[in-house]
Amino acid sequence: MKYLTEFRQGAQARLLADEIARCVTRPWAIMEVCGGQTHAIMRHGIDQILPRQIELIHGPGCPVCVTPLETIDRALAIAARPEVIFCSFGDMLRVPGSRGDLLRVQGAGGDVRVVYSPLDALRIAVANPHREVVFLAIGFETTAPANAMAIKLAKEQGLRNFSALVSQVLVPPAMEAILQSPANRVQAFLAAGHVCCVTGYQDYPPLATKYHVPIVVTGFEPLDLLEGIRRAVLQLERGEAQVENAYARVVSEHGNGAAQAVIHEVFEVTDRTWRGIGSIKQSGWRLRPSYKAWDAEQRFPVATMPSCEPAECRSGEVLQGAIKPAECPAFGRECTPRTPLGATMVSSEGACAAYFNYGRFGSDAAIPRLHHPG
Amino acid sequence: MQKARLVTYFEDNSTCEPRLMCLAVPGRVEQLYEADGIRMAKLNFGGVVKEVCLVYLPDISVGEYAIVHVGFAISRIDEASAEATLQTFAELGLLDDQRAGQGDEGP
Repeated sequence: MKYLTEFRQGAQARLLADEIARCVTRPWAIMEVCGGQTHAIMRHGIDQILPRQIELIHGPGCPVCVTPLETIDRALAIAARPEVIFCSFGDMLRVPGSRGDLLRVQGAGGDVRVVYSPLDALRIAVANPHREVVFLAIGFETTAPANAMAIKLAKEQGLRNFSALVSQVLVPPAMEAILQSPANRVQAFLAAGHVCCVTGYQDYPPLATKYHVPIVVTGFEPLDLLEGIRRAVLQLERGEAQVENAYARVVSEHGNGAAQAVIHEVFEVTDRTWRGIGSIKQSGWRLRPSYKAWDAEQRFPVATMPSCEPAECRSGEVLQGAIKPAECPAFGRECTPRTPLGATMVSSEGACAAYFNYGRFGSDAAIPRLHHPG
Repeated sequence: MQKARLVTYFEDNSTCEPRLMCLAVPGRVEQLYEADGIRMAKLNFGGVVKEVCLVYLPDISVGEYAIVHVGFAISRIDEASAEATLQTFAELGLLDDQRAGQGDEGP
């Protein structure tokens, strides 16, 4: 397949890994921000061919994982209403709320439907004029263009039985929050290539300068990841802190202007709570007041319920790169992709699921416990 | 009980599941059309054909490749940049051959 096969060649990967090994003189900690990259690193064994001095810290860029518990609880309450058809991306169905998940609501008779594109939710609203169609509009900058367009079209078409429960999050403020943390160990970032294809990378130079961190825009195939790491290591070794684009076939400096215009027409920046991390200033988008009539939070007021996380889940520390998934005592025991305690074990972009699915158990001794639980 | 797998290979060409929100694979534009006044296309993702909205990439042509997120094409793949990147990797290989020739160190 064009643009995939060429960037997955084992021999070239080995060359890049050797080149990285030649450049390295001391230990470096590099964070890949995006959960999709974490997944690709584990799947292709990138972590296993890097020199020992390079530690990859997995970032919070998993949209399913950081969607606040309060939003999940609100989604569960709305989805359970008899007049509602609740539409969501498939990954959200098994994310645990305080009381169950969307799959359980579906099992109890709720009309919960998986959509691939937000436009599918619009079509469902047109086809079901006597039902209320609610779309769970979550994600990073990657889903925002699609989600914003669906809401804009609903307004333009006067579609009154459609609304969106919006919980969009933004990557650069989270990177800054990580850098500001007293416990921060991150010395360079691989910036999420697909976020940058929407926004460009024009916002990153001030961050690179202020915190003196190299930021390398990086893709998702094995050779892309290794090239991003190689360029980050070269900068670290030279003491530089530049923004570089190692994913130029997809990302341009200014991103997709048409998408940015629609995002800013529909959404405005707001403070946002990140599940497991806490509140980060100016780190999300919400609907502008002119789109209030399409806001599911306004249309379906839900009494605030106390929300609770399982005490044994340490996904917050995983999301901040403070611990590796296998260091959590529940990992692979009480918590597996089939019985997830936290969202990081649910999502295909979550670090815990990536570690579990690709066998990163820390030590082989931990594996037999899986087969003989208790 | 699901068995953990250790996967360390590079040359598989499986496409990623569309439910991943940020991990998009390139799709090839096969057919352009309009639906309800919106510019749409059929894109082929390694054999799987999906409907994609072109409102953010209206000037893409049949045969070009795009990155798609949740049903919307966001970025066109630039062939020249792809070639340039592959060229730098190839040069690394040449460099490596030279080093091996000088008896520095083998891979």
